[in-house]
Amino acid sequence: MNILTLLVVIPALTILGLIFTKGYKQARLLSAVGMGLQFVATLYLVYMYFQARGAGNTDEFLFEQNLVWFKSLNIHYHVAIDGIGVLMMLLTSIITFAGVFASWEVMDLAKEFYIFLIMLAMGVFGFFIAQDLFTMFVFYEIAVIPMYVLIGIWGTGPKEYSAMKLTLMLMGGSALLMVALLGIYFNSETAAGLHTFDMQELSKMHFPFAIQKFFFPFAFVGFGVLGALFPFHTWSPDGHASAPTAVSMLHAGVLMKLGSYGAFRVAMYLMPEAAVYFADFFLILTGFSVIYGAFVAVRKTDLKFINAYSSVSHVGLILFALMMFTKTAFTGAILQMISHGLMTAMFFGLIGMIYGRTHTREIHKMGGLMKILPVISATYVIAGLASLGLPGLSGFVAEMNIFVGAWENPNLLNRVFSVIAISAIVVTAVYILRVVGVLLMGPLKNPEHANLPKVKWFERVVIILLMGSIVGMGTMPLWITDTIREGLVPIMEKFVH
Amino acid sequence: MDLSNFFSIMRGEIVLAAIILILLLAEIATKDKEKVIHLAIGLFLVHTVLGFFGVGEGVLFGGMFKTSSLVNMFKNILNVGVMIVLFQSAEWVKSKLKKNERVTEFYILLFSSLLGMYYMISAGDFLMFYIGIEMASLPVAGLAAFDLYQKRSAEAALKYIFLAAITSGISLLGISFLYSASGTIFFDELKPFMTNDSLITLGFLFFLVGLLFKISIVPFHLWTADVYEGAPIGVTSYLSVISKGASAFILVIILFTMARPIMELWREVIYMLSILTMFIGNIFALRQKNMKRFLAFSSIAQAGFIILGMLSGSQLGMSAVVFFLATYIFSNLGAFGVVYAIANQTGKEEMDDYNGFYRTNPLLSVLMMLALFSLAGIPPVAGFFGKFFLFMSAASVGYYWLIFFAVINVTISLYYYLLVVRAMFVRKNDNPIPAFKSDLYMKIGLILPAVGILLLGLYSPVYEHINELVGMFLK
Repeated sequence: MNILTLLVVIPALTILGLIFTKGYKQARLLSAVGMGLQFVATLYLVYMYFQARGAGNTDEFLFEQNLVWFKSLNIHYHVAIDGIGVLMMLLTSIITFAGVFASWEVMDLAKEFYIFLIMLAMGVFGFFIAQDLFTMFVFYEIAVIPMYVLIGIWGTGPKEYSAMKLTLMLMGGSALLMVALLGIYFNSETAAGLHTFDMQELSKMHFPFAIQKFFFPFAFVGFGVLGALFPFHTWSPDGHASAPTAVSMLHAGVLMKLGSYGAFRVAMYLMPEAAVYFADFFLILTGFSVIYGAFVAVRKTDLKFINAYSSVSHVGLILFALMMFTKTAFTGAILQMISHGLMTAMFFGLIGMIYGRTHTREIHKMGGLMKILPVISATYVIAGLASLGLPGLSGFVAEMNIFVGAWENPNLLNRVFSVIAISAIVVTAVYILRVVGVLLMGPLKNPEHANLPKVKWFERVVIILLMGSIVGMGTMPLWITDTIREGLVPIMEKFVH
Repeated sequence: MDLSNFFSIMRGEIVLAAIILILLLAEIATKDKEKVIHLAIGLFLVHTVLGFFGVGEGVLFGGMFKTSSLVNMFKNILNVGVMIVLFQSAEWVKSKLKKNERVTEFYILLFSSLLGMYYMISAGDFLMFYIGIEMASLPVAGLAAFDLYQKRSAEAALKYIFLAAITSGISLLGISFLYSASGTIFFDELKPFMTNDSLITLGFLFFLVGLLFKISIVPFHLWTADVYEGAPIGVTSYLSVISKGASAFILVIILFTMARPIMELWREVIYMLSILTMFIGNIFALRQKNMKRFLAFSSIAQAGFIILGMLSGSQLGMSAVVFFLATYIFSNLGAFGVVYAIANQTGKEEMDDYNGFYRTNPLLSVLMMLALFSLAGIPPVAGFFGKFFLFMSAASVGYYWLIFFAVINVTISLYYYLLVVRAMFVRKNDNPIPAFKSDLYMKIGLILPAVGILLLGLYSPVYEHINELVGMFLK
């Protein structure tokens, strides 16, 4: 079987298996085994990929599988992957595997929880390998819809409201996307005189500017809703705050990247001239989300809200970098997808661990946790430092590339917004360090917190997986950067005239 | 007339008429009416299976009655739908027996109505069409009043029969206009006369009213909610699925063949009606608390999507509409089936009664969720593919703004479909509907739509087959 298809089949089989499990112990064990297998298979994919590249295979996409699905409409099940996709798959796999352990103590309807969680992951895996826009769209919606149930049943706080808001906004985004996909399809023509959804064929075509101008906003905003594009980001703080730990991890970690990845690989790649045409407009919006998210995070006192708004700011940085149209900035955008995915999953994982013990997320009701929960607290500090861009950790690599790349664009507006966006780093430092100061340092505020349970083995797994990846990416950035730059070559051809 | 030809082409109609006669005789001959239920279901099952084996194609009665493989296939789809309705209603019919009410008539009326639909979709001229549409709707009034001792059931029947009569009258007026302008009632002979002539235009629009009423297109939708709520659930699902499906099917045939010369004209009409129907159906569905009313408004909104697919006037459009109708039959029957099963066991029909339903009846809840997601158009269930192809058909002729309105409506509809999912999965209830077991017929009647919902979309040969038949039909 094709290795990429295998990566969709493993989650699907895990879901099927889960239906027949009884009790939460069986369910979580099967999920861990299934997602463990998935993790191993993804590592094997990475190995195979570099093997093939090392052997001198210079095809743009590898491991291709192309099956006809709806013949009369020229819809295919077409999967293939390039370097960028391999990295995204690896990221998804790490976070999903960690997510299973982060939800180790879910006992209420555990079977259903894992079914929906893994369905979400399956959608994401499928999305990153899809080369046919129809296939991609199917996986995209499969990834979004389980969120409703996941937040609705296992969430906290105003969960019904958050779940509904999130689902409707994301599905509204995908509805816009559908208009764009149909527009692309009916304006395409292959050598055989057919319309096509195939991205590789579409990328070789040139759409008239009027067409691009009409459909680019649909596609970019459609994906942008999921990528927390201002002003369509409002689902994200509510959704993340109400979602259970693993769902926040997966959602902020990888699902939001679907938005920026799609905006890049579909909207901008297929309609490059319109992308340049609308660049200033979206630059202002994304620049605004970068700075706005950071400032709101400063004012919030709920840990999950802080992290959710910080996500708005950091994910905004991805779209911001995409609007710079330089290779370095694009590289930075992809790096930021990976880096932010790992960091935010780590944060949400840690917040889940803290909340599970103290039953509060208000930072002012806690204090001095460093002495009681040293492992969790230390990890929180490191993740925080990564988030504000300390060299040696993943955040630095990404932000460095983004800002250097942004400065390469000599346009005045871009320069201005680069300066504004860079200043957001300082604000990031404020809210990160404030949390560290109030929550972790200082005297113990609540005497009931003196005897909190120590970190458990499954929590260690989460920490080791994610922390290892953050440090690994920060200390060995070059092989990732090289892989990304390789994948960017055909994309850059669209933007250099 | 060649008799063997007659038997080959009209086999479905003959068998169905024979079943009706057998049931009449059985009603007289037997005292144990429970046997009649098994007999009716068994006979119809045979009829459904037979339908899949080579029914002839051709023309009878000098062009009044026409079939093609597409029409035959659609009759099969209708049969499967009615089969599911029969399975789902068996439990309810048995409960009638216990109250010493009559049951055989239910089957006789249902099959007569279906027979009318056969005639309607095989019509080659207005006479056959009119016989069909009346034969299809008169028994429905009897069916709607089948809960004899319930006021609202009788009210539903009256409402339906009055409004159906008025729209049929308008339709008939339109047909007479068309006849006076052209001198013929045969669809094929009318085609050259279809121009922008004002009498023809007026006649054609009047004629459409009868069909639009049946599909419950705004502004001819006012009967829908009341009749759906008042009628017994089996009849409601029959109305919302079979009756609507058959009418939409003949509408697409007439628009794409006879009325093709005036496509520019009906496109404008359908365009406006589609937007109106989607918005009004969806907005009214938002606040419904009764599940039957809720599904009634949802099915009005779905009708808006159905006619949206007809705009293209191409093979893609017709395939998309027929395919969507097939997915819609399964999805809607899935949803109605669950409502039916719950109402049979507990008599509860309100959305709030469903709170906490998943924890007591997980399988039914999952089926309901799949059916609603299919109606909303969420992959990977069948409804997504149906809706996507409808939008493709509208996009193929460049109606992107219409699609934009339609996708907004998809999002609105998702909201109220999720309300039901929320009630069943998310909400807690101190006093939920207890776990129950339905009888065997009901189980089959729920498994069939579930299979359809899961397979129809992902398994592409279904669509390809429809597309092939449509291609042959339009040639």
